[in-house]
Amino acid sequence: MSEPAKVCDGQGCDNPAVVQLTQVVDNESTTQYLCKECARAKGISAQPPSSLDVSDFLAQLGESGSSGSEKVTEPCSFCAMTFDDFRESGRLGCSHCYTSFEPRVRRLLSRIHGAGQHAGKVYLPPDPSSAELDRRIAGLRRSLQHAIEAEDFERAAVLRDLIRDHEAAQR
Amino acid sequence: MTEDYFLIPDFGLDWLDAGGPEADIVLSTRVRLARNLQGHRYVCRASAGDREIVFRTVARAVNRGALPPDTALMRMNELGRRTQQILLERRLVSSELIGEAAPDSGVGVAVSSGNAVSVMINEEDHLRLQCLMSGLRLMEGWNRVDKLDEELGGLLQLAYHHEFGFLTSCPTNVGTGLRASALLHLPGLVLTKEIERALRGITQVGLTTRGLYGEGSEFVGNFFQISNQTTLGQGEEDLLDHLNRVVATVITKEREARQVLTRDAGAITEDKIWRAYGLLRYARALDYVELMNLLSGVRLGVSLKLLPSPPVYWLNRIMIFSQAAHLAEAAGRTLSTQERRAHRAQYVRQALRGEGGSTTTDPGV
Repeated sequence: MSEPAKVCDGQGCDNPAVVQLTQVVDNESTTQYLCKECARAKGISAQPPSSLDVSDFLAQLGESGSSGSEKVTEPCSFCAMTFDDFRESGRLGCSHCYTSFEPRVRRLLSRIHGAGQHAGKVYLPPDPSSAELDRRIAGLRRSLQHAIEAEDFERAAVLRDLIRDHEAAQR
Repeated sequence: MTEDYFLIPDFGLDWLDAGGPEADIVLSTRVRLARNLQGHRYVCRASAGDREIVFRTVARAVNRGALPPDTALMRMNELGRRTQQILLERRLVSSELIGEAAPDSGVGVAVSSGNAVSVMINEEDHLRLQCLMSGLRLMEGWNRVDKLDEELGGLLQLAYHHEFGFLTSCPTNVGTGLRASALLHLPGLVLTKEIERALRGITQVGLTTRGLYGEGSEFVGNFFQISNQTTLGQGEEDLLDHLNRVVATVITKEREARQVLTRDAGAITEDKIWRAYGLLRYARALDYVELMNLLSGVRLGVSLKLLPSPPVYWLNRIMIFSQAAHLAEAAGRTLSTQERRAHRAQYVRQALRGEGGSTTTDPGV
């Protein structure tokens, strides 16, 4: 069972705590729970650490062992990697691992990036399907809008031509 | 394909030319994309045979025109240790690609000097596309690497998921697979003791700082690499915009700090700069960290116009050519630590000798 949300220990502050600050002074350990604002006032960042260690994220998520409440995941059917292998190395073994460990990967991605949905370039494989072309055109339109807003007309022209080519391929 | 990279003058060193915007503060801009081939195990699970298939598949795409005709395609296990190190010192390959833990076959790099792009093959991901340019040019770097990505993506089936974007071995790269960085020289913020605050600020807005040689490397010579941290949930242009804005702010702060230095501690600053120059001009032995710190002083002096020369381009070159493998290559043999220090000092003296005279003499090896 998950713990109830803690309230910030900052003076007169009732915000939910997002940072657990443990300090050791003269061999005395004290723990404080702080909200983002109070943490920042103390010079502590609630952002992820500057060096992203996947194992740390997994540990924070309680995903570090296979003994949790979640059923032990089967190894990846393509590369035979187990979730424990991943936990140890921090590296996934193949593209299929994303599907094999999907619920856990989804949680991990949301923890690392603060988001779960790709919003960048849409890949167009060789011999694309019509749905892939549609998604690609939508992605290019987003980039075109951005280029126009940024007054990068050279890039906008390139993107416009690409959209035109794809639309012609669709017909 | 070019086979001997020493035949190409300044191979892969275009980014040293100091021709980009803000080049007195921003040494270089790097934009890289992580990509994998669909249906192949990632490098951490791949056998020698798997890696070879990936290498050949990528090599075929390179030869079919995905990279310009001037491209040199190199297999790491066909290069001597020193050449590998030279590529690392020129920032064309990563330490992962040539380190002890790197696979012993199927690993390589394709470098096109002409448009500053390169592709590492079977590093952590099957493909690491990068563009390395002088000065602050994030959008230009992105445009070039995006074009390369389009070319390769048109020939290769890449691992892509409509929700997670481009799939990568490490989940910290998934989505855009984009890591963009600017390498900044910030002696003003260091000397005015504002650097800690600046670095904290950078972290708070979701960016990260590293040393000269990327992840895990230390801060030397007052160089700081600022890059995006997350890769999923935002478009490439938005990630680059944000980074660009933050870097521009840091540059402004650095210029302000330099003004404070010249206004409030002009004599001390000038003395420090000339001392650094004097040491470089006459020292008989230099270790690399000492050199980098002295070069930092000289670079500041040139930027503040307290020193008439050398041009920033030379300072950039000295930084690269005074590293261990470059010195060994120039000497034609392995050097002991003591010899290396002496060779380094000699090289720097030669490079700076042109002051007030023939500054066009090439300090190269």
